[in-house]
Amino acid sequence: MNGVHDMGGMHGMGPVVPEPNEPVFHHDWERRAFALTIMAGFKRWNIDRSRYMRERMPPAAYLAASYYERWLWGTERLLLERGYVSAKELESGKAADRPSEADVLRAGEVGKMLRNRYAARMKDELAEARFKVGDRVRTKNFHPVGHTRLPRYARDKRGVVYCDHGVFIFPDTHAARGEKVPQHCYSVRFEGGELWGPNAGPRDAVYIDLFEDYLEPL
Amino acid sequence: MSSAPHQHRHDDEHHRDQEPGSPLTDTQLRVRALESLLVDKGLVDPAALDVLIDTYETKIGPRNGAQVVARAWVDPEYKKRLLTDAGSAIAELGFAGRQGEDIIALENTSKVHNLVVCTLCSCYPWPVLGLPPVWYKSAPYRSRAVIDPRGVLREFGLELSDDVEVRVFDSTAELRYLVIPERPAGTEGMSESQLAELVTRDSMIGVAIVKGPQQ
Repeated sequence: MNGVHDMGGMHGMGPVVPEPNEPVFHHDWERRAFALTIMAGFKRWNIDRSRYMRERMPPAAYLAASYYERWLWGTERLLLERGYVSAKELESGKAADRPSEADVLRAGEVGKMLRNRYAARMKDELAEARFKVGDRVRTKNFHPVGHTRLPRYARDKRGVVYCDHGVFIFPDTHAARGEKVPQHCYSVRFEGGELWGPNAGPRDAVYIDLFEDYLEPL
Repeated sequence: MSSAPHQHRHDDEHHRDQEPGSPLTDTQLRVRALESLLVDKGLVDPAALDVLIDTYETKIGPRNGAQVVARAWVDPEYKKRLLTDAGSAIAELGFAGRQGEDIIALENTSKVHNLVVCTLCSCYPWPVLGLPPVWYKSAPYRSRAVIDPRGVLREFGLELSDDVEVRVFDSTAELRYLVIPERPAGTEGMSESQLAELVTRDSMIGVAIVKGPQQ
């Protein structure tokens, strides 16, 4: 979706302000919101769905919110959307009923879950590669209302396939339906001038990881 | 159930949620309600939340990545493995997993400077760098890193000459990027652990270079 989350190339956001000796979390509620978001989603929804929900935060609220406020908003909405909780329960913090069966990750299993090295990658034989390294490609000009990982600044642009990462879950359908569609994902190099015209810096290029469905041969 | 406020040993005066006696903010109340509800419903284990938080506050952070970089600086064979299959090379040092299932290492040289961003959200290589700093997730960095990387680097105090190629990597899929900064001059006699001390988080994102001990 053409949301405000898709920020590449926007102007007026101000300078980057690093904080010296920044702590991992700034408030205790951030710790809890971070952990609750990961644990609430465990075996209940996928990461593309979480991203798509946060993208749907109203733009003015999105820009005004801090990072973990966006996570909190997304987690509440996913729980509501999937019927795990009601609005009344969210407000009161008290359960009206308890589900008979729930997948709950126990404290002793957290380490194993975090060390898992297999998430979005799928077996290479599940999809054939339409492109190879060195191929010239053009990104599609599309504007889906659903989730996509082709940023607006890189639509309808010419680039060169820099490497083939292999087969991954296509995020657009994963967010929409939870379906695991296997698809090649490529690193595509775009020259600065192609993306930004005369505003590009000297010898600048942007490499973007793009799924096969976003690309057409040139 | 678990509606009592949580106390954590990491809390200190500076980072406490509110001044004593002041009312809780709407956000704090929502987080508390969410936690007590999910625990009450049996959907999360509160002890698992504590383990998760402790992991990213005390165990997984940029010191992991610094060890990878230092190893690459002293061991050419390791560096070769890191640049061809970063996930396995990083796992050799014991680091792997969530938000770093597929990692790619990018080598900075005198001719090519790599810089990592996620313009769409906040993708970042957790197993080697931990959770991202606020500026990395902020609108200014996400909007400008791709259109004005040299301007962003200047704000971090790094001025690159025009003959250096700047490559910005926008992490739009599930690949995560770790920059291997250049080893600074004057570090020839240093041990691997001494070298790791020099490596900063920012240098592994690509917004800084590593300075030698005399710089």
